[in-house]
Amino acid sequence: MSTPRAYSVETRDLNLWYGDFQALKNVSVQIAQGRITSLIGPSGCGKTTLLRCFNRVNERYGNVKTTGEIKILAKNIYDPDVSLIELRKSVGMVFQRPNPLPISVYENIVFGQRIHQERRAIKKSDLDQIVEQSLREVFLWDDLKDKLHERAVSLQLEQQQKLCIARLLPLKPEVILMDEPCSALDAKATRAIEELMISLTGRYTMLIVTHNMAQARRISEECIFMLLGELMEHSPTRELFITPRHPKTAEYIEGRYG
Amino acid sequence: MGQRRWHNLSETLIEWVIRLCGISAIICVFGIFFFVFREGADLLFHRFDIVQFLFSQEWYPTSQSHIRYGVLALIAGTASVTVLAMLMAVPFGLGAAIFVSEFCGPKMKEALKITIELLAAIPSVVWGFIGLTVMNPLIITVFHAPIGLNVLNGGIILALMSVPIIVSIAEDALKAVPDSYREAGLALGATRWQLIYRVLLPAAKNGLLAAVLLGVGRAVGETMAVLMATGHAVKIPTSLLDSVRTLTATIAAELGEAPMHSDHYQVLFIIGILLFSLTFAVNLIADLIVKGIRNK
Ligand SMILES: Nc1ncnc2c1ncn2[C@@H]1O[C@H](COP(=O)(O)OP(=O)(O)O)[C@@H](O)[C@H]1O
Ligand SMILES: [Mg+2]
Repeated sequence: MSTPRAYSVETRDLNLWYGDFQALKNVSVQIAQGRITSLIGPSGCGKTTLLRCFNRVNERYGNVKTTGEIKILAKNIYDPDVSLIELRKSVGMVFQRPNPLPISVYENIVFGQRIHQERRAIKKSDLDQIVEQSLREVFLWDDLKDKLHERAVSLQLEQQQKLCIARLLPLKPEVILMDEPCSALDAKATRAIEELMISLTGRYTMLIVTHNMAQARRISEECIFMLLGELMEHSPTRELFITPRHPKTAEYIEGRYG
Repeated sequence: MGQRRWHNLSETLIEWVIRLCGISAIICVFGIFFFVFREGADLLFHRFDIVQFLFSQEWYPTSQSHIRYGVLALIAGTASVTVLAMLMAVPFGLGAAIFVSEFCGPKMKEALKITIELLAAIPSVVWGFIGLTVMNPLIITVFHAPIGLNVLNGGIILALMSVPIIVSIAEDALKAVPDSYREAGLALGATRWQLIYRVLLPAAKNGLLAAVLLGVGRAVGETMAVLMATGHAVKIPTSLLDSVRTLTATIAAELGEAPMHSDHYQVLFIIGILLFSLTFAVNLIADLIVKGIRNK
């Protein structure tokens, strides 16, 4: 492994305040390209906040102030010439609760095409192909090929969450952010989503927030531990769980605080 | 023991009171319909010319020689004012609701909501007064119309009266759209406008439809303001500057003069039945549309 490692996401001295409350403190991190990195830490330590910096959806709230630098594919996303739309196309997000839009399965998947392309440039045959390909990639095609025009919100939760991943793929994202994507799912569905994530490695850089340490160990190559807005440790997953460098990490993975 | 029995008894009592409250709405509606119907029933079932009633424009309830009760012109009056009002109030009301719920900051939102509630609290006679003293001369000078009490005046007044209802119901509907839909849309790179017409409007369409129909109901049923603002001429309007008279205004203006239980008096109640059926039909259609959307 002597070749220089490629990073999809790099932050330097990232600080974030909600009003007066500082939720991120000097976070500097590098996320390896094409792999799964997991993000663990007790509730309220800023995992969601960090994730939501990377596609700048944090800015929805009026009281957010950010300093420092975030580079995605070597481009600072706070540069004035950065297009939010392009950023969000290349950085997809999967949420804690599956949130398909209240339209059909088909329309959910082509939503990105519909908003990012001229109406005239859209061909039905292309869309059909995109739908099939995206659903095949998330192992849903066989289940849903006869239900494409049913409402997406009536699917099972596992299918909904897979659909939320599928609808990112036509936008050809570089990075997929997932905020506790399995916390609303049962054990079997969790395994199915994990398998899906593993099948997507190599093509996408994935950053997964999880509360489930077994899950972090099963799927991620690297693991980040956060505490009270600070990044405590970032190591290969195996090392972090077997020989944690920081005593706080050790306490957390032994379950001494939640 | 006694305490136990008292407890059970009061429990049953409360249950009954609540049940009564629940069905009281139904009782009231049927009660009102029954009494209105009873007042008009004698005429309706014995010597009533329904064809003339619905299809004649000749409304001469107090003629010496030839009494005629045709309400076509009154229906046209109600329809013209309502349609005009909705053409203005629906886009304006929905636009305002979208602005309030999606675009403005919390302070601005509070201020706007209070203002809108204030607008809703203005009594209809005050609106009529505005129509009479403000709009009337304005329309005369702007359009060089002989009289400013007409469809345009009534339509604008009714639009102003329906907008607060439309805004507040539509804003509720938009507020009820889960935030996760907005986040999903934004995270996929949607702009604010795309978010509104691709995500929010489809998600809130039932509530928005309800808002519009409540606005229509308000416009159809409004009496005092249109009585004062539309000029009181029984004719089918051919332009916005024609004076008209609505069904409701006719009842309000004539019921006091019509002798108890005369034919004229009873016809006014039959107009009441017509209005009742009209609003009932609007609501029913709304319900069916909403159900249809839901089942799809
Ligand atoms: N919109 C917000 N406004 C104010 N404070 C917030 C907001 N979102 C999160 N916080 C605070 O920031 C801290 C980190 O939250 P979060 O990133 O959601 O933590 P985690 O995902 O690790 O549980 C918490 O203390 C939380 O209360
Ligand atoms: Mg979180």
